[in-house]
Amino acid sequence: MALRRRSARALVYLCRGFESFQGLGLHGPKSTLQLRGLAALAQEAFEEAPQNSKDGKVLHPDLINDDMRRTVYAVRGELMKRGEELRKAGRDIIFTNIGNPQALGQKPLSFNRQVQALLNAPFLLENQKIVAELPEDVVARAKQIMTKLPGGVGAYQDSRGSPFIRQEIADFLQERDGYPANPEHIFITDGASPAVRMCLTALIRDSRDAILVPIPQYPLYSASIQLQGGSLLGYNLNEEQGWSMNVEDLRARLQEGRDNGMAVRALVFINPGNPTGQCLSYQNLKDLIQFAGEEKLVLLADEVYQTNIYQDERPFISAKRVLNDIGGQMAKDLELVSFHTVSKGVIGECGLRGGYMELLNIHPGTIEEMYKIASINLSPNTMGQVALSLMVNEPKPGDASYEKHMEEKGTGLASLRRRAHIMTDGFNSLEGVSCNFTEGAMYSFPRIRLPLKALEAAQEAGKPADTFYCLALLEATGISTVPGSGFGQEEGTYHIRTTILPPEESIKEVIARLTKFHEDFMSKYR
Amino acid sequence: MTVSTDEALAKSDAFPLSEKNISAQVRAAQYAVRGEIVIRAGELEEELKKGKKLPYGDSILYCNIGNPQQLGQVPITFFRQVLALCDYPEMMANPHADKIFPKDVLKRAKEYLAAIPGGTGAYTSSQGAPICREHVAAGITHRDHGIKSDPGNIFMSDGASQSVHTILRMLLRGTQDAVLTPIPQYPLYSAALALYNGTLLPYYLDEQNQWALRLDECKSQVDKARSEGQNVRALIVINPGNPTGSVLSEENQKEIVKFCVRESLVLLADEVYQDNIYIAGKTFHSFKRVAVELGKEAEQLVLVSMHSISKGFYGECGRRGGYMEIINLPADVKAQLIKLSSINLCSNVNGQICTAMMMNPPKEGEESYELFAKERQGLLDSLKRRAKLLVTALNKLEGVTCNEAEGALYAMPQLKLPAGAAKAAEESGKPVDFFYCKALLESTGIVTVPGSGFKQAENTYHFRTTILPPEDQIEEVTERLSKFHAEFMKKYSNSS
Repeated sequence: MALRRRSARALVYLCRGFESFQGLGLHGPKSTLQLRGLAALAQEAFEEAPQNSKDGKVLHPDLINDDMRRTVYAVRGELMKRGEELRKAGRDIIFTNIGNPQALGQKPLSFNRQVQALLNAPFLLENQKIVAELPEDVVARAKQIMTKLPGGVGAYQDSRGSPFIRQEIADFLQERDGYPANPEHIFITDGASPAVRMCLTALIRDSRDAILVPIPQYPLYSASIQLQGGSLLGYNLNEEQGWSMNVEDLRARLQEGRDNGMAVRALVFINPGNPTGQCLSYQNLKDLIQFAGEEKLVLLADEVYQTNIYQDERPFISAKRVLNDIGGQMAKDLELVSFHTVSKGVIGECGLRGGYMELLNIHPGTIEEMYKIASINLSPNTMGQVALSLMVNEPKPGDASYEKHMEEKGTGLASLRRRAHIMTDGFNSLEGVSCNFTEGAMYSFPRIRLPLKALEAAQEAGKPADTFYCLALLEATGISTVPGSGFGQEEGTYHIRTTILPPEESIKEVIARLTKFHEDFMSKYR
Repeated sequence: MTVSTDEALAKSDAFPLSEKNISAQVRAAQYAVRGEIVIRAGELEEELKKGKKLPYGDSILYCNIGNPQQLGQVPITFFRQVLALCDYPEMMANPHADKIFPKDVLKRAKEYLAAIPGGTGAYTSSQGAPICREHVAAGITHRDHGIKSDPGNIFMSDGASQSVHTILRMLLRGTQDAVLTPIPQYPLYSAALALYNGTLLPYYLDEQNQWALRLDECKSQVDKARSEGQNVRALIVINPGNPTGSVLSEENQKEIVKFCVRESLVLLADEVYQDNIYIAGKTFHSFKRVAVELGKEAEQLVLVSMHSISKGFYGECGRRGGYMEIINLPADVKAQLIKLSSINLCSNVNGQICTAMMMNPPKEGEESYELFAKERQGLLDSLKRRAKLLVTALNKLEGVTCNEAEGALYAMPQLKLPAGAAKAAEESGKPVDFFYCKALLESTGIVTVPGSGFKQAENTYHFRTTILPPEDQIEEVTERLSKFHAEFMKKYSNSS
């Protein structure tokens, strides 16, 4: 069947090729539709032609894009929907399903919001009573950004984002890594997710194109690959060894893909990991980079949690830095795309939708294509861009807001570190549960060893065992989590993902409720 | 964009991600509004910044894109006050807050903050914050003479463009799926159709009749496509039109609705310019209202209506805000839409709040109403004047005819250029309207979009310009344009 489909596809492309010739005024069949008809016939010969309507509906669920139907995104899936139902019914629900800090009480950084407010309403700058209450660096910064954003926050900017802000990002990268960055190779997007999707869209031509993705993974990757009609090639992270990855393992998976006729195009890694929370060591990164270089894979470095680090042994090191440290030909050849965002860190501005990708060693023709695609959506939203500017270019020592800003950040980070420990310890105290420490990111991903009776009950209910557990947890405690199956996990293991974000005042309560539920659950199914 | 092209790099075939082997759909998609001419304009602007002297003055005049605030349009005060307070609620604790901000501004900001957990910095529900959807639904109900809109059928989005992507993504299964698209069209549609591997089925708008939508034309295109094995899935209607500026009559809209029902087509109603209408005797009628008022005849219509904060009299393009309202979609298809929206988590919250305010602005009697109404009227009157000025000036040019800009933000004149120009264009390897627009840019600094970017009837040539240059500049624009045009016509009439 695959061969037939490929032949049909080849015929379709041939016909489309004729069309392009026609467009240039060269010879070819008269009607474009004749060509289409030809292609359609070819396709029909090998496959059944899709219906147009069913039960009187064109937009019938059975008749929409297949890839879209097959796509799953568990972070806002079944558990969240059930949580919403219960919340509407009056239950007190704690949503720990999604890394959404400000929804759980985290306060935004004052300096940032003050500047944003002024950019939203520049006329406030003429009001002395407002200006008097604001630190002078806030006023200065707002004025500066205004001169750099033609038309202010209400106007479309450059499709890759304001050149000024891209320069600030480049300066930040230089400072962070010790290596220069080219602002022309930075694309600002509405959060990191659209940037990831843009890369996957470019990479995936059809189902033979495969992307290596860590298991467990953040399901943006599986969803996007599915949407694009590509193939996901999972490589397992080793839970017993702190969710580390093994290059030999990677190599074996890669080979498997190739043996199955796949073109393995790229390798994704998430550092710090989501949902797993591990921070990669320098050596890990070096091995990964070398592997990608040897095997000619585009390396997609999801580094959105780079400022969420809760231990001192493995600080964040960017893939770009390690690549440049390696130097030589590799540093010029390896195609690397790195992603960052304002949604995480201590800044936690998820709702603003601001992010960027840095393209390293990407073919200029491809960058042009990406620019073209970016331009169809005109430009990334300006407040998100402003938030990026404020994230990468912070108050400096001596600035009026500096101390307060650093204090807010420090307090926020220290609190996250404490909560990382509280959640990890809490899970580890439960019967049959083991939980690696959250070295970074925002999540706990404990492994739950469920008794046989629970597995049977789950099967009877027609649910994966971890979904069964999570639903029961939700009903009993109001805590909404995401089952491990939503992220991928080793066969026969079960996990759940929660965030470490419930505020410190209530996190002990969360652990208490969780503990009681787990004891009851185990009693019932032991 | 000046991308430094490393010769060796560009020639290399070894890249997994080289231009030759990226997705074909990505390569096929085109978007002229920010295409080659605009890129060239950017280069010229850089040169001007560096102090280079150009014959026409010291500025590039961007008339290629509906980006009002970049050209000096002032935002609506009420919107900006509320948004500032939503971003920094602490400002409300300022002892002078109630003298600086009108009561209704403070009330509104508090309302949004109370209803959106985490304010503007947190992800909302993927469909959009309930309060924003409620305000949008209330606004639609009010606009549509009381016909109720359900907030559950509203999807907030990062601009209307995102909604277009979502719907087309869902509708298109392969090249056999075709969508009726007006020619000329806003090239988001052709680009999205290419990206999602669908087929653009053109229906030509009748330039001789104020760009009228001819249903007989649509019908014959549908029949032809079907006879050749295509599934025609939807009809795109842009009303008011972009780039044409034409506004449909209610009669016409009724016929369109009935046509869609008869032919089982989803109606995709791009209504982002609904607040930009300049002609007496023409009003905006939403397709939703038209369909509902038709009663039984239109009961089966599947409709997706799209709106945005980018246009109108608010012009908040950069903020990326909008919504789509879906009518008669089966519940499980709606669930798929929600699922798709959830992968990007949510649209930006500032944009959602602004969209809510667009649909639920200050009401008469409220503190901010007077200023709001004044700002709104002032802007619409100005746009009306500019539309008239520009179209009049364009019609004075030799060989140029331009339909009235009844609505939207553009003028789309037709050019009848001498044979000499066609020849020179062919030699340069470009369509003649592109050639004209490029020459226009180099000679005058005015940035426009060639008609080929929007598609047009064969052997016709157009360009699109916005009506947005500020009033004190618009005369300058028309002068530079007239001078250039006269010279161009002279040059190419003699040479053949």
